[in-house]
Amino acid sequence: MTAEEMYQEFILDLYRNPSNKGALENPQIKARDVNHSCGDIIEIHANVNGSSIKDIKFSGKGCAISQASTELLVESVKNKHLEEIKNITKEQVLEMLGIPISAFRLKCALLGLKVLKLGVYNYLGEKLEDDNLS
Amino acid sequence: MEQIISLLDVKKDFPIFKQKVNGKPLVYLDSAATSQKPIDVLNTLEEYYKEYNSNVFRAIHTLGEKATEKYEEARKKVASFINSSPKEIIFTRNTTESINLVVRTWGKANIKKDDTILLTEMEHHSNLVPWLMLAKEQNAKISYIPITEEGLLDIKKSQELISKKPKILALTHISNVLGTINPIKELIQLAHRNNVAVLVDAAQSVPHMKVDVKDLDADFLAFSGHKMFGPTGIGVLFGKRKLLESIEPLYGGGEMIKEVFYTHATWNDVPHKFEAGTPHIAGAIGLGAAIDYLQKIGMQNIFEHNQKLTEYALNKLKQVKGIKIYGPLDSKLRNGVISFNLADIHPHDLSTVLDEEGIAIRSGHACAMPLHDKLGITASARVSFHVYNTFEDVDKLILALEKARKVFRL
Repeated sequence: MTAEEMYQEFILDLYRNPSNKGALENPQIKARDVNHSCGDIIEIHANVNGSSIKDIKFSGKGCAISQASTELLVESVKNKHLEEIKNITKEQVLEMLGIPISAFRLKCALLGLKVLKLGVYNYLGEKLEDDNLS
Repeated sequence: MEQIISLLDVKKDFPIFKQKVNGKPLVYLDSAATSQKPIDVLNTLEEYYKEYNSNVFRAIHTLGEKATEKYEEARKKVASFINSSPKEIIFTRNTTESINLVVRTWGKANIKKDDTILLTEMEHHSNLVPWLMLAKEQNAKISYIPITEEGLLDIKKSQELISKKPKILALTHISNVLGTINPIKELIQLAHRNNVAVLVDAAQSVPHMKVDVKDLDADFLAFSGHKMFGPTGIGVLFGKRKLLESIEPLYGGGEMIKEVFYTHATWNDVPHKFEAGTPHIAGAIGLGAAIDYLQKIGMQNIFEHNQKLTEYALNKLKQVKGIKIYGPLDSKLRNGVISFNLADIHPHDLSTVLDEEGIAIRSGHACAMPLHDKLGITASARVSFHVYNTFEDVDKLILALEKARKVFRL
């Protein structure tokens, strides 16, 4: 994999011009986590309609990979049932990204998923186990 | 024209440079994280394990005697390297453990409710978090000497804060982010005039320059072996003998005792009362070999080498479009470390592009999150040098940064 293959135009575009960045006032779902080794930060806010996601926004700072994958993830879960979100796998996120990710950068690519699941599990009053992250 | 200035030529002493990384010769610009190891150190480690591996102090046999002799010889080398005495040298795991040892022993005994601990805004987590923990426990306060726009300690503010008589001033000698060399001798004098004890985090200075604890008059000084060509897992705490003798040990166990009864125990003499259990024997002996190597090259030569590289790199980096360099731009005020950001490329992404060129840099917050907050960023890229780096390494870095700009369509 070369850097050019990794940082394709669409990844850079998601990184520089995300459409889901922002915050919600008093969101029902709110979660935040950091990749402490690199300083990536992701916070996700969402509101729920019945048991599906109604509005969702994310904020944060980080590398192109973490920000682009969160943007894609957030876009993909709009109107999605919370139970479905609980079952999103890391493979699905990597597939959405569609670029080769080295083992070292996996944490960046999956930070958004971790935060989203954290928020959903908390909202449902359930505990997010390590196993639910894969 | 900078190429005319001669640099040390020692890459050949470090076996790691024989390999290629991603098909390119390794350009290692991450020595502030950990340095590479010269063959002399590697041979010394192998020799210990192959020829006289045994425990120290307790073994009355030939191997045990040799191991003990070599272990204590290493302590003498460390002592003379920083101009102290072997009784003042405690072997630890690293700088972090050395600082924690002071915090947990001297700190716990001397810092009480409403006392102040004085740090600086440029501290590494290792010289910040242990104090935060102690302050919370003791209900003590922490103040910070601010940094100026240029990335230097605000001297006027330091005078003001020291005159308020904190219990201790704990500060870094060279910032691992800004590269700033702090005027610690002057600050220690000022602190002592106000009866303030001083701990120096010398993790980035001892590997790069002559550090003389007597001349500085430091009370405690901490550094790591692995940043100065030694193995990982071995560090040093220097403490003035009187201070070390006045404080209780941290860990109890073998070798730190004089006599043990079912009801009580008495402590061994310094420094042994702080070294409970089997120490990192190979590590200490390896650190001794690292010091031999450093002294063979000469600390002044090493300092000048890194100074030239820093100046050369700063001049080249300044010309890269979209770069923001942190810390003083005058290379005389810093040594061996340059942190920066390039346009909107996250340091992590920059690392990935550079790695493809065989170039290793640090990216992230470099264990200094509060400093990054202060600089208004969450992460930075950092290059750092040591004796094996060359002007050519810097040239390759610059080319790779230009490539990163292209990859990011800048």
